[in-house]
Amino acid sequence: MFRKFALITISIFFLAFNANAGSDGELILKKNQPAEIKDCFENLNRATFAFNQVLDGIIFQPVASAYKVLPSPLKNGVSNSLSNLSTLVTVPNNILQGDVKKAGINSGRFIINSTIGILGFIDVAKHLGFPEYEKEDYGQSLATMGVGPGCYLVLPVLGPSTARDATASIANFVGGDAWYNVTVKNNTHYFTDFDYYASRVTAGVDFRAKNYDAIENLEKNSIDFYASVKSLYLQDRQQKILNTNKIIETQDDSDWEEIENQ
Amino acid sequence: MMGLKKNIIIFLFFVFCLSNVHSIEPDVFVQSTVNRASQILSEDITKEEKINKLKLIAKDTVDIRGVGFYSLGKARKNLDEDQKIKYSELFESYFLKSFSSRLAEYTNPEINVLGKKVLNTNYTIVNSLLVSTTERPEVKIDWRIYTKNPDNPLIRDLIIEGLSLARTQKEEFTSILNSNDGNIDALFKVLEEFYKK
Repeated sequence: MFRKFALITISIFFLAFNANAGSDGELILKKNQPAEIKDCFENLNRATFAFNQVLDGIIFQPVASAYKVLPSPLKNGVSNSLSNLSTLVTVPNNILQGDVKKAGINSGRFIINSTIGILGFIDVAKHLGFPEYEKEDYGQSLATMGVGPGCYLVLPVLGPSTARDATASIANFVGGDAWYNVTVKNNTHYFTDFDYYASRVTAGVDFRAKNYDAIENLEKNSIDFYASVKSLYLQDRQQKILNTNKIIETQDDSDWEEIENQ
Repeated sequence: MMGLKKNIIIFLFFVFCLSNVHSIEPDVFVQSTVNRASQILSEDITKEEKINKLKLIAKDTVDIRGVGFYSLGKARKNLDEDQKIKYSELFESYFLKSFSSRLAEYTNPEINVLGKKVLNTNYTIVNSLLVSTTERPEVKIDWRIYTKNPDNPLIRDLIIEGLSLARTQKEEFTSILNSNDGNIDALFKVLEEFYKK
């Protein structure tokens, strides 16, 4: 069983792995262009997407709907705590991406928010003037090293991903996420497995609640909801990999220039 | 001779001045457009009435034909004249319904224009911020404004938190065409069904 899992993992990795030692920003941009990413398993992805929609309708949508009406300070506090926990994955990825300065800033942010900020409930670092927090993960680190995204995937429950990002997320379970290490992997007497899984489910609900109207609106006004979600996810990943939300850095203007002579 | 030359210079100067009088700055255009939409959304009228009024604003301010052909991607090169006309009509109906229904969900949105970046003579990106409420966080919205005719700037894309609506729509259309072996009639049918539902 383990052998089979290892083989699948390795093959997915090779599928995604088209590293280029001399890769620069332009190459990373090109590799991660949503239009360039192949939907190799479209039928399976669409079936998983439909399954996730049913699951969303039964669990996440009703829970998010109730969560949405909680007082804003409480919701912000929960969101801040989850964001604080994610710093434990962001810091090693800052280092992997060669950004030691950001790793230092984010470590400081984590220490301040976990202590003075009462387990991250209050974003004290933000009030102290720390720069805006940007999450990083192992998929983003692989991308900055020149690894291409491979095929687009829709994972059960977890939703959209790519071969690279799905493979990279395994790093979280083999020592790459300190929160997982102190809850599930090691018996520390302070935390239990429940704390980890509860935080993951809450993160899902928090995301769903924050985007509640946008998702409903998109579903209602899309002619192919699957394609819309895929496009938005891949655009978002591209931005996160490039660490920019500047449209001029992520869009190819020749797309627009082409229609001039239409 | 000198008098004629002077008259020509004065005439050209006036023409130049007049042409600039009507030129609209993209950021001013966006702020005025959102103010118009915001006013409609805060009016005490039915949702249907709001949608109809928003459609008029969209017709005035969005380059619907341009967005339509952009959304079609490479497939636009294979259309004959009749198909182009049919597509333009279908896309306009689809776009106006989709656009106004999306906007009508918001009540009294407050959007502040923050700045602009001129990309080239044809495009300017206008940056704005949808002010947060207790229901939602603040949202960054960038507007791709087509400025080929400076007297009549037009919206070609809305980029919400870095995610382009035109690009999403283009990929949606491409997906429908790909699942139907590039058959444009399949896309026409989907657009028609959306408009009628």
